[in-house]
Amino acid sequence: MSVAAADWLPSATVTASGRPVLSAGEIERHLLPLADLEPEENPRLAPLRGCLLALTSHRLIFLHEPSLSARALPLASIVHPYPPHRKNSHNPLRSLFSSSSSSSSHHPRIRLQISLPPSRSEVVAVVVTCKADVDVFYGRLVEAIRARAWEVAAAAVPAGGGASVAEGAPPREDLAIRMPVVGVSGILRKEQETWESAGQNLQDAFQDLNALMSKAKEMMELAEKMRQKLLTNQSNSGDEEMGSKQDMQDLLLSVGIVSPVTKETAGALYHQQLSRQLADFVRVPVERAGGMMALVDVYCLFNRARGTELISPEDLLQACSLWDKFDVPVMLRKFDSGVKVIQTKTHSDDEVFARISSLAQKPDALKKGISPTDAAFTLGIAPALAKEHLLNAENKGLLCRDVSPDGFRFYINLFNEIDPQNIYLTKTHGVYHTWISVATAAH
Amino acid sequence: MQRPGDFKLPPFFSYPPYFTLQPVRETREKQVQLWKDLILDYCRSQKMYIISLEEDFPLFSNPKIERSLSYEAKEVFLAALVSEGRAEWIDKSHKKCLILWLRIQDWGNYILDFVKETGLEVTTIEDIRSGIETHGTELAGIDRGVLMRALKLLEQKGKATIFKGTSADDEGVKFSV
Repeated sequence: MSVAAADWLPSATVTASGRPVLSAGEIERHLLPLADLEPEENPRLAPLRGCLLALTSHRLIFLHEPSLSARALPLASIVHPYPPHRKNSHNPLRSLFSSSSSSSSHHPRIRLQISLPPSRSEVVAVVVTCKADVDVFYGRLVEAIRARAWEVAAAAVPAGGGASVAEGAPPREDLAIRMPVVGVSGILRKEQETWESAGQNLQDAFQDLNALMSKAKEMMELAEKMRQKLLTNQSNSGDEEMGSKQDMQDLLLSVGIVSPVTKETAGALYHQQLSRQLADFVRVPVERAGGMMALVDVYCLFNRARGTELISPEDLLQACSLWDKFDVPVMLRKFDSGVKVIQTKTHSDDEVFARISSLAQKPDALKKGISPTDAAFTLGIAPALAKEHLLNAENKGLLCRDVSPDGFRFYINLFNEIDPQNIYLTKTHGVYHTWISVATAAH
Repeated sequence: MQRPGDFKLPPFFSYPPYFTLQPVRETREKQVQLWKDLILDYCRSQKMYIISLEEDFPLFSNPKIERSLSYEAKEVFLAALVSEGRAEWIDKSHKKCLILWLRIQDWGNYILDFVKETGLEVTTIEDIRSGIETHGTELAGIDRGVLMRALKLLEQKGKATIFKGTSADDEGVKFSV
């Protein structure tokens, strides 16, 4: 049952929020919420059960969500995919009466002939245990195998370049399974190739689309090359150039998400997967912004990174609200005023309060109070957010407000300092005392 | 610190948030407390009995820091006094407020102490309010309504008898201490 048991397959890296880490040029093609992988002939190979199945341009990734671990079957090792079938399709009544726990025999299966190193041929079956259109999945699988994207990627990316953009740099794992060169499986693959050529006409129809995609790929490679160049030049460049280079590098780094989750690829899993991808994506910009970012800002950033696969505000909100269910490092927060922000879970209000409190106790602030703009300047955040922080601090009793024709300002809260038993008494120390000396000096 | 009738205002009278009704409950409770104390102190020192929300009241604005209370804020602070029995709304529309820096009962005790001290047994209402005997005491200039209520309370206790004089507004009182 455990993914770890299936060590006959290479393991795959998973992000903190449970998305597969894709390698350079690898693109997600389709997702199935629940699937098993069963070896059909060799009992010594452990099966994989209850996994999210992600089909990418390079691999079939079986992601066991509860344990956040994954195993991957490289498409390169698939000698032949057989069309989907049901074991007992001749007798639908039997599958109706058989208990579902005994076997997954009534679920649709896609049998795959694969070759394991050194040159061992096995037959395994992808058992689709959820309600999903298996034919669509099969179509995409065949398409991906035929496209041979992994070969292109291996040629294009220089060794050590190790670069995927925006989804984090994954270690390029060793392919435990290599293309077969000889043996029976080699012959089988030859046959497969001749069969493939028959479908050439069909592929021609996709030519335009592929041309567009390969152009996009070239652009990505160009961006990557420029980034590398900037990195190597950085050491011997003057200070004045540094700034612009930093900007340029940031720009290139934020070119986008290589494989955005889309409704088309993820289907019913769309929001769930989008939620995970978003969590991975926002962590860095949110941390850079001091632990908190307005939702609208995140919306803009995320969509810019996605390029053409734009999402709607509702999708974003839904993706954020799903975070409660996953263990992700970020959270959605709604202020009393209705302003929504995304913040890291480690972000603490206390730290912000401490900074606001010290700001409000500066002589100038004691005299004239602080405005959201002042706070925004000091905290280095947007004025709208600064106002939320001030209101929050007011709620905590740290500050109190002053509404006058001059505007809306906040002062350090002195009400706590005044002795209600003797309202004329002024202590010789403390904030109240400091305020009195500052205020009397002003008048 | 400043202003009228050599009443010394506390330092926080120059604290701008003191003049803005605070929305946070805990902060507001403290603010209201400070306002209640200040209003009672001020009225007592100035012998003021009536505060009208629609007329200027020296405490409700501080020209030095250019701050003044909103109508709502004034109403909140006075209502807080009313709820404690230290003030009463005179009209139904809550525009005028009678401030009781001494409660009616305390006024009664104060009058009794005064009578005991001076040996004054029979006097008129007007003499209590503006006579030579009460000059310099809290009774000088007392609101007529407040005084009458205090005397009636004493009458109920059998400590005083109110009697009519020759004219309607010339009433007398006899204390039996």
